[in-house]
Amino acid sequence: MTTIFDVPVQAFLGQLLIGLINGSFYAMLSLGLAIIFGMLKIINFAHGAQFMVGAFAGYLLLKGIGVGYWPALILAPLVVGLASAAIERIALSRLYNLDHLYSLLFTFGLALTLEGAFRYFFGASGQPYAVPKELAGGYNLGFMFLPKYRAWVVLASLVICIASWLLIEKTKLGAYLRASTENPTLVRTFGINVPLLLTFTYGMGAALAGLAGMLAAPIYQVSPLMGSNLIIVVFAVVVVGGMGSILGAIITGYMLGILEGLTKVFYPEASNIVIFVIMAIILLVRPAGLMGRDA
Amino acid sequence: MNSQARIASSTRRPLLRLETILLGIGVLALVLAPFYFYPIFLMKVLCFALFACAFNLLLGYTGILSFGHAAFFGGSAYFTAHAVKEWGFSPELGILVGVAGASLLGLVIGFLAIRRQGIYSTMITLALSQMFFFFCLQAPFTHGEDGIQNIPRGHLFGFIDLEQPLYMYFFVLTAFLAGMFVIWRVIHSPYGMILRSIRENENRAISLGYSVARYKLGAFVMSAALAGLAGGLKALVFQFATLTDVSWQMSGEVVLMTLLGGIGTLVGPVFGAALVTGLGNYFATSELPVTLVTGIIFMICVLVFRRGMIGELYASRLGRRLSRRDDED
Repeated sequence: MTTIFDVPVQAFLGQLLIGLINGSFYAMLSLGLAIIFGMLKIINFAHGAQFMVGAFAGYLLLKGIGVGYWPALILAPLVVGLASAAIERIALSRLYNLDHLYSLLFTFGLALTLEGAFRYFFGASGQPYAVPKELAGGYNLGFMFLPKYRAWVVLASLVICIASWLLIEKTKLGAYLRASTENPTLVRTFGINVPLLLTFTYGMGAALAGLAGMLAAPIYQVSPLMGSNLIIVVFAVVVVGGMGSILGAIITGYMLGILEGLTKVFYPEASNIVIFVIMAIILLVRPAGLMGRDA
Repeated sequence: MNSQARIASSTRRPLLRLETILLGIGVLALVLAPFYFYPIFLMKVLCFALFACAFNLLLGYTGILSFGHAAFFGGSAYFTAHAVKEWGFSPELGILVGVAGASLLGLVIGFLAIRRQGIYSTMITLALSQMFFFFCLQAPFTHGEDGIQNIPRGHLFGFIDLEQPLYMYFFVLTAFLAGMFVIWRVIHSPYGMILRSIRENENRAISLGYSVARYKLGAFVMSAALAGLAGGLKALVFQFATLTDVSWQMSGEVVLMTLLGGIGTLVGPVFGAALVTGLGNYFATSELPVTLVTGIIFMICVLVFRRGMIGELYASRLGRRLSRRDDED
């Protein structure tokens, strides 16, 4: 059997793939966090809960009214995005003039509430979500077996990340968003509705989390707690990438996911903490993060 | 004494007396409480109250929001438990080990966290404490999911049997009051004033020549040590140390206690801790998950009730009279 550093090549590639999958979710989630942070200057603690709600929305659409995977892929993020936009309008927008602490605490409370509510209605155990039949099965690449669905998730997340990046960096809407990050007052004098833009941004960031949740539903089980531990890893990813840097969030997400997978091969005991260790090192060497400007 | 000073002191005295009376009533209530309430519950409240006050020293008086205080609290619980159970230490030495461990953790986490400001440092504390959580999950001495169980309470100073609930209660109460005294002393010292100036305007404090990083780190370590004291006590009270105490949900809970009681008030977190612990006990037996209840309280508190219970009291007319002495200082 072929080996790389005394590790069978199949185990190596298998973990690499798992790392790539996790990295895809880290990238999508940290992207949403970075977008929300860049615009609203709030840390969205509810991001993990919104990820979970996205998965549950898909699950309920299927179980409740028989809506399949593909329509749910659009509907679930839409539900999450609209609900989150409403919450932003009703509650979060009142906290912008206060210390950032309060918006962080509010979203933390929101996360607890969502998790508690879903646990109350669905219990703490996971619900399976079947892989859509178009994506069932896999490819035999000769040296390893690649499930179709996993390939699709990696591909989809890449497309989503690139599209979001293009939307923010290259379109007029993105230009408005970036301008209001720099100077909201000036942008308002040009007649642009900045509060609406903020609501839209929060909704979009949350919808990205919901979409990630929907993509994750067939891989991880749909459970009320699926987002709560993920979110902290994603925080670390955002710190490493540089807060508010969208490209940094995406690249770091994939990189750290793969690194975590590789750690599982070579030193499994450390796989849970490798991301945090890297975060600590980055903070010592480059406090602003890999691609962040100093805040 | 000149006449002006005499006038000032004569207007101060009645207020000072009122504060002393309130303090006396509070301590008396705590001394009498175990004869009317379940001592274990009271001890739990005292442990969390001290934990919340330690946290508040950092958030309320230095302006650093740590979302990783569970690492100090739960870490110390593990260290104390290990020292007492495996090494056969006496309870007071065991708690000392816990406090020392928590301080060391505070030094490391604090050193990294204060490299950034505001919300960034919050995220760093959160991530580092989560790293500590995974360490506890895998390190052999914590016994993973089982935790350390059946910790002997032992004999305090060799002759006070802490297995007696009442003796244990008064031990916890003494430690709690000592911890509160340290916090009170710190925030009313020149050092505490510098901490407050950092909270209000960090750049200005730097321009005045204070080495802000060192002060912040000092506050961080002190807060971690006191949280460690609370954690060590809790391990002895319940006779077990588990992963719950190091989880990030615990860090969130202490934030809630402080917020509910009143950020930046000396006794607010005590009331916040009593309320949250009471609610936790009440909802533990009901169908509703506790997180749902705490989450809703969190959101309401942030939206309409930001000053917390004691903070609102201070902002009211009675409170303004009570706190006037503080403003004059």
